Amino acid sequence: MTLLADTASAPIVEMRGITISFPGVLALDNVDFFLRPGEVHSIMGENGAGKSTLIKALTGVYAIDSGSIDVTGTSQVFRSTFDAEAAGISTVYQEINLCTNLSVGENVMLGHEPRKRGRIDWKAVHRLAAEHLDGLGISIDTRSLLSNHSIAVQQLVAISRAMVLDAKVLVLDEPTSSLDRGEVEQLFTVIRDLRARGAAIIFVSHFLDQVYEIADRVTVLRNGKLVGEYLAKDLPREELVTKMIGRQLDALEAISSTAARAIDRTDAPILKATGVGRRGVLEPADLDVFNGEIVGIAGLLGSGRTELVRLLYGADRADSGTIEVVGAPARMTSPRHAIDRRIAFSSEDRREEGIVADLTVAENIVLGIQARKGFRKIRREKQDSVVSEYMAALDVRPADPDMVAGNLSGGNQQKVLIARWLATAPELLILDEPTRGIDVGTKADLQRKVAELSEQGLSVIFISSELEEVLRLAQRIVVMRDRKSIGELDSRRFDLDGLIDFIANEGKGSAA
Amino acid sequence: MRSVTKHRLFWPVATLVSLILINTVARSQFASITVRDGRLYGALIDILRQSAPLMLVSLGMTIVIATRGIDLSVGAVMAVSGAVALTIIDGSTDPSDPGVVMVAVVVAILASLLLGAWNGFLVSLLGIQPIIATLVLMLAGRGVALLITEGFITTVNSTPFEFISTGYLLLPFAFFIWVAAVAVVGLTERRTALGVLTEAVGINPEASRLAGVRSRGIIWSAYAASGVLAGIAGIIYASNIKAADANAAGQFIELYAILAVVLGGTSLMGGKFSLAGTVVGVLIIQTLESTMLFLGVPSAESPVFFAIVVVVVVIIQSPRLHRLARDVTNAARSRRTAEPSDAEVAG
Repeated sequence: MTLLADTASAPIVEMRGITISFPGVLALDNVDFFLRPGEVHSIMGENGAGKSTLIKALTGVYAIDSGSIDVTGTSQVFRSTFDAEAAGISTVYQEINLCTNLSVGENVMLGHEPRKRGRIDWKAVHRLAAEHLDGLGISIDTRSLLSNHSIAVQQLVAISRAMVLDAKVLVLDEPTSSLDRGEVEQLFTVIRDLRARGAAIIFVSHFLDQVYEIADRVTVLRNGKLVGEYLAKDLPREELVTKMIGRQLDALEAISSTAARAIDRTDAPILKATGVGRRGVLEPADLDVFNGEIVGIAGLLGSGRTELVRLLYGADRADSGTIEVVGAPARMTSPRHAIDRRIAFSSEDRREEGIVADLTVAENIVLGIQARKGFRKIRREKQDSVVSEYMAALDVRPADPDMVAGNLSGGNQQKVLIARWLATAPELLILDEPTRGIDVGTKADLQRKVAELSEQGLSVIFISSELEEVLRLAQRIVVMRDRKSIGELDSRRFDLDGLIDFIANEGKGSAA
Repeated sequence: MRSVTKHRLFWPVATLVSLILINTVARSQFASITVRDGRLYGALIDILRQSAPLMLVSLGMTIVIATRGIDLSVGAVMAVSGAVALTIIDGSTDPSDPGVVMVAVVVAILASLLLGAWNGFLVSLLGIQPIIATLVLMLAGRGVALLITEGFITTVNSTPFEFISTGYLLLPFAFFIWVAAVAVVGLTERRTALGVLTEAVGINPEASRLAGVRSRGIIWSAYAASGVLAGIAGIIYASNIKAADANAAGQFIELYAILAVVLGGTSLMGGKFSLAGTVVGVLIIQTLESTMLFLGVPSAESPVFFAIVVVVVVIIQSPRLHRLARDVTNAARSRRTAEPSDAEVAG
């Protein structure tokens, strides 16, 4: 194992022998981690490898069971995130922790408002906030409500907040998972600028391209153990993936493409939506899905993808259009209506709209069938068999049905949600960003599972920001932009560049 | 041993046991139980009898809190229920007729169900915040009770009605009422899926809705149940004082009920709930009340005494304190082993 002292500068953070265990799980096992000033350092690993746990140990969220943390040469014991912030470590979490009901300026300066005669000087608050945001190349009205801005802007606001705290160490946990390409570029410009100013940056991401684009150094974890620390330029991509998953990459590349599969479109479609829309949310759109078909929805974040499927599922009410399920008109004003017609919907927001964090994995999996069944409890044996069947089918790790679902890693929570829906035996499964924030191995597992299910006759609506994924899985792709559907393509006739071009340019300048 | 202290109910039960021990040490007859005319008497038996109203109210409160709600109107519902029952009995030709009492009790409970359903309607259908929705009835309910009794404190002499609170079947009848209520609520919640669906709605309402859970119905039923239970509590209270006192019935009981729920380990944030914990919580409160009587704490000072004990109990149960204690012991342990582990890392 390489413990690195191969740079001139002394580490700003030294974590040695970090061990953290949760009930039933050894999340980190004697892990060392070093971070130097002026570098971007990526922590890589599959879901559940311990990346988030390591970060949370550094940021004071979790207390360490054993080991030591030194920051700028002084030993630290973090009892809370406050201690970590005081030591100069600032974090921007995967799910942004800001007050969306406050203004941008209030968020940037929260807890550090300049005062005048004991009272907050709001003019100065907004002036300073604007300066910090300017420093990151963002110009927005600091008096506007944070919730009115995109996730990307909120992310940058969170980073500028770290700047206010004068952080020496900036931790970015999956900062790009909900950003589009341009926004990622903007973020990287900010990161490079901070690095040049001597900040030490931890960058955690599942996007290998982005890691190679921005990271100087990579630390790989697997199953809670340190695999090693490497310079990014010395570590070929295949080798990195092999180290992360502990097996060869070949297994992942064997995912067959289902795009070319022929679909019988002569029968009535499983779902036929005509002119479904909602004022101010989505312009009327058409969509039909046939038996065993995977229909992809592509478009940038905020293009109306999520809005469309929420209307189809009855999560939000449509104010125009009609929906037919297998030829019969259907009223979709509540999720229950959709569920009764064997339509399932897995939301893009796992934490808020998917997982019931304090219930166990088993309870989360049976929640869907239990809700359908009403108050009569599912028999214990039946529940156990359903749970073990789907946990095995989706390879939920750790394979402990009695574990509290909130303690699972993001990818495994996603698997639990898909298990919940598959257990209800749906005919149409709507997956909104099922692979966001998920590692390579799990992503491949999920894609394979979706392909396999569709071959058995399940219809799927598949939304993803990763266009390769959509192209590989879907037979047809509906493209959305600016809250309307701009076209429908046959994915056999498009490659990635073609699709990107279509998303960006189709219909521009014309009346459509 | 460690698994025992980790149990959810460890701290509440430990608190209750130590309260009883303290009382027994102070005056040994506290724990003594005597048999007279085939009935059990003693301070502990009194606690079981007197805890009935609070127990019923707290059971309902537990379910409501599990849905992320709160029911402030329980005291007012008690007042209405007592007023309805006594007005019917008082207006009848024969107050001692068990049939009349039966009708009075049933009508009072139905009235309480109606009030609970009203709360549920405001919260689940209109989406009004629970604290505001139930505040309406908390303030208006006593007025309704006064309207029913026409502004008087209705009193009755009715042996069957008095039996509800003072009757005995070896043990006090009121005790059997609350045991039955605990059993019914417990079986409904845990033998059916209602309990886990209630928890799901309380933990994550939006995720539950998207998963197809009938969250509206569940929330509505929680408030209705709370109303019914408060109604029964109101009948017991009225039976005990043989009167419908619209102002005194169930005064501040909502606060004691919330306290009992919290002492029992159910979070006010909703979600996971423990009926057994609530039972222990109520017994703690009732024992504490008896302790003050027993130790002769002057009634003017008793709220202060009560408050001090509650603060101590809540601090003892605080997870943060437990974590702090663990950190201190861990730090002491790791100091002892610090040297060798450093050497390991360096190698």
